[in-house]
Amino acid sequence: MHTRRDFLQYALNAGFVLGAAGLGANPTRALAQQKLTQDDLLRFDSKGQVTLLHFTDCHAQLKPVFFRPPDTNIGVGAYAGLPPHLVAEEFLAYFNIEKGSPYAYAHTMVDYVDLARTYGQLGGLDRTATLVKAIRAERGDDKVLFLDGGDTWQGSYTALKTNGMDMVECMKLLKPDAMTGHWEFTLGQDRFLELVEAMGYPFLASNIFDSEWDEPAFEHTAYFERGGVKVAVIGQAMPYTPIANPSWMFPKWSFGIRPEVLQANVDAARAEGAEVVVLLSHNGFDVDRKLAGVVSGLDVIVTGHTHDATPVALEVEGTLLMSSGSHGKYLGRIDLDIKDGKVAGYSSTLIPVFADVITPDPEMAAKIAEVRAPYEAETQRVIGSTDTLLYRRGNFNGTWDDLICQGIMEERDTEIALSPGFRWGTTLLPGADITIDDLYTETSMSYPEVYRLEFTGAQLKDIMEDVCDNLFNKDPFLQQGGDMVRVGGFTYACTPEGQMGSRISDMRLTGSGEPMEADKTYTVGGWASVNEGVEGPAIYDLMEDYITKKSVVSLDPDAAAVRVIR
Amino acid sequence: MKLTRRHVLGLTVGAAAFAVAGARITPALASVEDTDKSIMDFTGGVAPGEGKITLTAPEIAENGNTVPISVSVESAMEGDDLVESVIIFADGNPSPAVATFHFTEMSGAALATTRMRLAKTQNVVAVAKMKDGSFFMDKKQVKVTIGGCGG
Repeated sequence: MHTRRDFLQYALNAGFVLGAAGLGANPTRALAQQKLTQDDLLRFDSKGQVTLLHFTDCHAQLKPVFFRPPDTNIGVGAYAGLPPHLVAEEFLAYFNIEKGSPYAYAHTMVDYVDLARTYGQLGGLDRTATLVKAIRAERGDDKVLFLDGGDTWQGSYTALKTNGMDMVECMKLLKPDAMTGHWEFTLGQDRFLELVEAMGYPFLASNIFDSEWDEPAFEHTAYFERGGVKVAVIGQAMPYTPIANPSWMFPKWSFGIRPEVLQANVDAARAEGAEVVVLLSHNGFDVDRKLAGVVSGLDVIVTGHTHDATPVALEVEGTLLMSSGSHGKYLGRIDLDIKDGKVAGYSSTLIPVFADVITPDPEMAAKIAEVRAPYEAETQRVIGSTDTLLYRRGNFNGTWDDLICQGIMEERDTEIALSPGFRWGTTLLPGADITIDDLYTETSMSYPEVYRLEFTGAQLKDIMEDVCDNLFNKDPFLQQGGDMVRVGGFTYACTPEGQMGSRISDMRLTGSGEPMEADKTYTVGGWASVNEGVEGPAIYDLMEDYITKKSVVSLDPDAAAVRVIR
Repeated sequence: MKLTRRHVLGLTVGAAAFAVAGARITPALASVEDTDKSIMDFTGGVAPGEGKITLTAPEIAENGNTVPISVSVESAMEGDDLVESVIIFADGNPSPAVATFHFTEMSGAALATTRMRLAKTQNVVAVAKMKDGSFFMDKKQVKVTIGGCGG
């Protein structure tokens, strides 16, 4: 079994760890790149008959990105302090990763800007393609399953303009064996079905049912023969898609976790002779951690949705959980050794896709250039620049959303702004230009209207409590997987361990510091409402105007609107 | 199996609420006590046991106006091992009793599926009455949310 100690060993063997002395000397990018090679990234304790490759939540990022890992990722109840609810030094200590090393940069925000300038961007589908091809060559095609966890078709300018077709065309070259999803549904049910038809491999979802007749709406299980082993892959789409996203865009389908359905499908797969059963999941990490204990017979869960990245697979109740991050930053790999119909051994790793170290695959690079060509000039158009780090990910706030809240309050003339707690959206380093591409990685979606409404203080608190309970309910089956709604115009205190209705306190207007009143009415602007018929300008147009006017933006990363009470 | 008048009423109502984000409904009359009392009325004072009956409901309702639930009871459906009826309650609704399903040997299996309106987060309770005079109960909490900002 793979332990933390083994991981350290592996990391050392691979020559990943830069010495403390090296860090003290502030190594140049050239030195860092000299230390790290494509072969290092691919080095692996291969074993057994089956290799699973897991790629998830890339949010349409075809090109390499900066993506700052969260500084706050709180777990509650029985899940507090367990991966993935570890950040910064705690994360490094738990996984025995040396500060300043490439892994430290890939997984934490410690010294983020310095290390970003040292190690460069991560991801790029052409780099991922190189890794996938190399692993297929090493293992043989007959041993490898490549699984796409979804959230693949949304999150960029070109995905928005092509309604996801750019991603379908590029992903095809990776020859995935199966896919599940979440944001894919926000293209609307007709377009979704068109793209599933076009992609040429199964879209699996055990937990989507026809909303009228309550019958399974999709294929739930696909069987594969790999290395002489019969493998069943069961799909699980994001269970709360119709609640977290506009259900009117896909009214035919009802979702949910449906553990009893999953158990029946696992049992059916075993009865069909499957020696390995894999869940290709978009549940989110804690949901899958709980599910591993509720559903029996799952050997592996490759999990997505919450954008968590763990350097190796974790063992939970006899099930391996592999969480392969987001935005194309990583490729997850698990090798399974099957004896007598059981998993007798395994190796696992999450490969960080260091863009400057991996040679782009020419075929994929050409396809990316082709699908982007009609939009290339527009995506590269500079609309401003930033003096400070712009990022989104974290439980409570990020500077990108602070900027978006400012833009909404100014452009829609409101006292208060709300920006949804999405976990997608990349990072810009201080001094960077802001391009159309950058703006759309934060805002592109099919329901972008910025509303202007009036809410009472009591209504605002209800909304905050409701979202907060989606994030911090002690039962993971009631967590929907986003972060806390971001706010502008007021500050508040949050007690994550509290109960629904009592987590949010001390709401005060930012300017005056006055407490907000329950029965007073406030003007509120926000975007990405799940209601039908919302009116207002698209968030990307509003923010293009705002950033263009500002020309240079500057956000204080320490100006947190939220005081966390733990 | 037959639908009661109350259940049909439950299906035909159900439109207005939750249109505005942030709207909160505070049902006045509903109470857990009413439900407990109704269960006792149904069982004639016998405390229902656990097991045999399984109530399936979503953890979080996709639409509080029409929440699908299903109930099944392990039973041979003949002789004394027969499910006579299953009653469903929603303990946070203004009127907790939702539906009563009646079964006979001809039913073959004690299975029923329906949809109900839930005004707020609450427990759904199902109680089965067996021919031998025993009762079994299952309970699931269903959360009703304002609507989210998922990632």
